[in-house]
Amino acid sequence: MFAQQPPAMSAGPAGAASSHAIQHRVSPYEDNGGTSVAIAGEDYAIIAADTRQSEGYLINSRYAPKAFQLSDSSVVSCCGFYGDATALVTYLKQQMEFYQFNHDKPMPTPALAQLLSITLYRKRFFPYYVHNILAGLDAEGKGCIYNYDPVGSFERYKYQASGSGVALIQPFLDNMVGFKNTSLQDNPPFLPLNKALQLVKDAFTSATERDIYTGDQVEIFIITRDGVRKETYDLKKD
Amino acid sequence: MDYFPLNWGKPRATGDEHNWLATPGMAGAHARRADMSPTCYAPAGPTSHTSSPIVTGTSVVALKYKDGIMMATDCLASYGSLARFRDVERMVPVGNSTVVGASGDISDFQYIQHQLKDLEIDEYETPDGHHLGPENVFGYLHRVMYARRSKMDFLWNTLVVGGLQDGKKYLGCVDMRGVTYSASTIATGYGAYIAQPLLRKAVEGREDTLPEEEARKLLNKVMQVLFYRDARSLNKIQVTTVNASGVHISEPYSLPTEWGFAENIRGYGAAQN
Repeated sequence: MFAQQPPAMSAGPAGAASSHAIQHRVSPYEDNGGTSVAIAGEDYAIIAADTRQSEGYLINSRYAPKAFQLSDSSVVSCCGFYGDATALVTYLKQQMEFYQFNHDKPMPTPALAQLLSITLYRKRFFPYYVHNILAGLDAEGKGCIYNYDPVGSFERYKYQASGSGVALIQPFLDNMVGFKNTSLQDNPPFLPLNKALQLVKDAFTSATERDIYTGDQVEIFIITRDGVRKETYDLKKD
Repeated sequence: MDYFPLNWGKPRATGDEHNWLATPGMAGAHARRADMSPTCYAPAGPTSHTSSPIVTGTSVVALKYKDGIMMATDCLASYGSLARFRDVERMVPVGNSTVVGASGDISDFQYIQHQLKDLEIDEYETPDGHHLGPENVFGYLHRVMYARRSKMDFLWNTLVVGGLQDGKKYLGCVDMRGVTYSASTIATGYGAYIAQPLLRKAVEGREDTLPEEEARKLLNKVMQVLFYRDARSLNKIQVTTVNASGVHISEPYSLPTEWGFAENIRGYGAAQN
């Protein structure tokens, strides 16, 4: 997606000769890298994101979290342009406060999922350059994961990766969580929390090996009916 | 998928290839820009918007140490390759526990200084018992930078905000697109390539034990290396210390440099027979 960015320098209008002035056009976006993974289980949801913030070959920070806890039952991760990620999360938190005041109850995850979608689509013509994953519990207490594109198209999944390491991790999840292309694929067994957690950690250590934008630390949020727990693990810093 | 609908191709009115200033309501009557940038968020007519920085400052470096934070900048404002203004102060205090340093366009930084002054006045006028700390100033500047970026009218700066918030050390950086991060060492511009590795090696893990003198020596060394390698830098610098006793911005002073090694090197030293 970032290949579509306009280059910093450009010549004049299409077809014009070089006699026209050079137009210096700066992109309002940048790619700050990072990867996120989420898995939804029977009574839990796990969502994790690394903490490295990059700018080209530079590392801006080794600890700039990309997964944000929005309530006792919802966590969202935002990979892509960090400026839009922080602005989006600020907006969502404000909207959740309004929901609490208007409905006298905290905003449930499925409602937040719809809110995030329309928020993203409202900027359809100057998008938030973020790939979001929202994790939480549905009305029945089962784990739910929603995956988004930058303009709000979303769908509920059982597992999903996003960000710079998506191509490295998603196939791994397809096989290990969805049991795709195994003998169990038509009747995938129940995945307990500890197994899912181990898969998430392995996904990150593997992605860190090959993706330069992933590394430093991973924050893993575990959402159950008892609330949200956070675990932090170190990743390779190279 | 190409998300920008104006790149999907449409019939063009001929003879209008040169009208590359987009005006709303003239859809189809303006040429598509060769750089494929969407014209949907270009301003109407010749209003001012993002161009390129003119008078600029180079790196800002900052670190956390035992009693607070320290930040350093040189005193140069360059006009392209001309070292135009050599006594510029690129760090300003805000309140009594925050310092803001800027690299990038100096006129945009002067506008930001004006806004910060208004912020200080508002805070003074509001007797709520609260005082602006670095996290507050940083949050404010973050929103300002992001808002201008979202209007495609950038403030061409990378700002470093440092200080003590309720006794806790804080260091943050926000760039012209509104990207923020906080760390125990920060360096902008060329500093990010040259100074950051030196700062990280010396400071990471020792934020609470690094003594002031060692921190000061480190900053001086780092600014010296930058003077050697950054062609738009100067060896006249200022160092700011923010600790429990407040914000202290030093007077500008010169860094010693060593060029003697070049004497006997062909091409660097004096002409040899």
